[in-house]
Amino acid sequence: MKNTLPDSTGRTIEPPAVESRRRFLDYLLGTSAVATLGAIVYPIIRFMSPPKIIESTESSVMAAKLNEIPVNSGKIFKFGSKPGILVRTDSGELKAFSAVCTHLECIVQYQPETKQIWCACHNGHYNLNGKNVAGPPPRPLEEFKVNTRGDEIVVSKA
Amino acid sequence: MQEWLDERLPVSALTEMARKKEVPVHRYSIWYYFGGMTLFLFVVQVVTGILLLLYYRPSAENAFESVQFIITEVKFGWLIRSIHSWSANLMIATLFIHLFSVFFLRAYRRPREMTWVSGVVLLFIAICFGFSGYLLPWNKLAYFATKVGTEIAGVVPIVGHTMLRFLRGGDDVTGATLTRFFGFHVAVLPATATVFIALHVLLVQLHGMSVPPSLKDQNVSKMKFIPNFLLRDLIGWILAIGVLAALAALFPWELGEKADPFAPAPAGIKPEWYFLFMFQTLKYLPAKILGMDGEVLGIMTFNIVALLLFIVPFVDSGPENRKRTLIFNIIGVLVLLYILVMTIIGYVT
Repeated sequence: MKNTLPDSTGRTIEPPAVESRRRFLDYLLGTSAVATLGAIVYPIIRFMSPPKIIESTESSVMAAKLNEIPVNSGKIFKFGSKPGILVRTDSGELKAFSAVCTHLECIVQYQPETKQIWCACHNGHYNLNGKNVAGPPPRPLEEFKVNTRGDEIVVSKA
Repeated sequence: MQEWLDERLPVSALTEMARKKEVPVHRYSIWYYFGGMTLFLFVVQVVTGILLLLYYRPSAENAFESVQFIITEVKFGWLIRSIHSWSANLMIATLFIHLFSVFFLRAYRRPREMTWVSGVVLLFIAICFGFSGYLLPWNKLAYFATKVGTEIAGVVPIVGHTMLRFLRGGDDVTGATLTRFFGFHVAVLPATATVFIALHVLLVQLHGMSVPPSLKDQNVSKMKFIPNFLLRDLIGWILAIGVLAALAALFPWELGEKADPFAPAPAGIKPEWYFLFMFQTLKYLPAKILGMDGEVLGIMTFNIVALLLFIVPFVDSGPENRKRTLIFNIIGVLVLLYILVMTIIGYVT
């Protein structure tokens, strides 16, 4: 209050020097508050988001032995950290797909009765080419290449 | 003694307030009990939850085994765990009843808008409690429910992927997800819930019980909260304990099989009943709607409807208006019917 003077109309105003000094101090206070807050919040946010784990670069895997998979059946195998599904059709042909449903990521299974790949979560159906044929899945399953080496079935990314 | 205490803490002001508190008596008075019932069940959750913490171990290797240990080895472990599960479900049920009764009786109207908003926040907290707690036994059903549930969060445009990684603690549902959900379930959510419950209950005390607008012109009599209404509340709570004990004894909550990230989803898999109507909707939606993924559209619609809940008291404001009241009633009934029908279909199919 000491630094205020009456102006021509009789109201008290602050001299320009005081006013600009106050504005400057307010500005300093404000920016340091924001900076402090930022320095606290930023590490917290970064801490909460999990670090990326390098995905296994495996491009092929031994999925099963031939005698483990009878005709008209399916088997889940590990492809790196993700599940894959190996299917042996009625005609004995071997097919392999990603076992992760394209709808909401449940793990699919082979249904011998319908000869389709089926997801139990929301009743999604895929045919034996991996194509989504009924229910909510929006995209086909990713298909893998299948080779046999002796009695070993090797699945690799196409 | 009384004086000594009063000087330091205004106890007599509080007891005076409690003594003055009254509850209106009319044909809809029964609906006043469901808020208190929800609170009571929450207290049961806190007590049984703390007990379970004595033995539960939050890791992918130990979680399933520790719950198994609780229900097979620990004395009354089966009871405590079953009551925790049943009480959680009953709490969601009474919460829904409370929500719809407040909605249809228009108890959210001025000046109680913030009471409604804090209640909606509590509804979402309760759902988060249910979703995070469901994973903790680390069984097959929980594993897939969490996969689907977090994937649903991931479907949300722009922020979805970040949210999914934040929830899962990585790109997949793993032990990291379990640890996170445990943290949410026993620390973050209880702390937040306590704050909002305190606010919600405080607001109810400040404004008193709402009398439905349809009864405003009539002479509504009142009963004392203490002891008349409180004793009635108590009878309800004792009944609730009885129901919980009976449910826990007759239908002990199952543990199922341990989660396996390399096993197909079991046939007949279903989420908890309060997610069933959304689950059933997702089943019916076709793969593509107007060029958009069906599930994206469905999930966004549910999100928007959930957000609309917040603005109910602000849309239905101003003086009583017959037409608006009718519209609100029709919307409320339609939503309720949709939830009921879809839940029943989800249950029987």
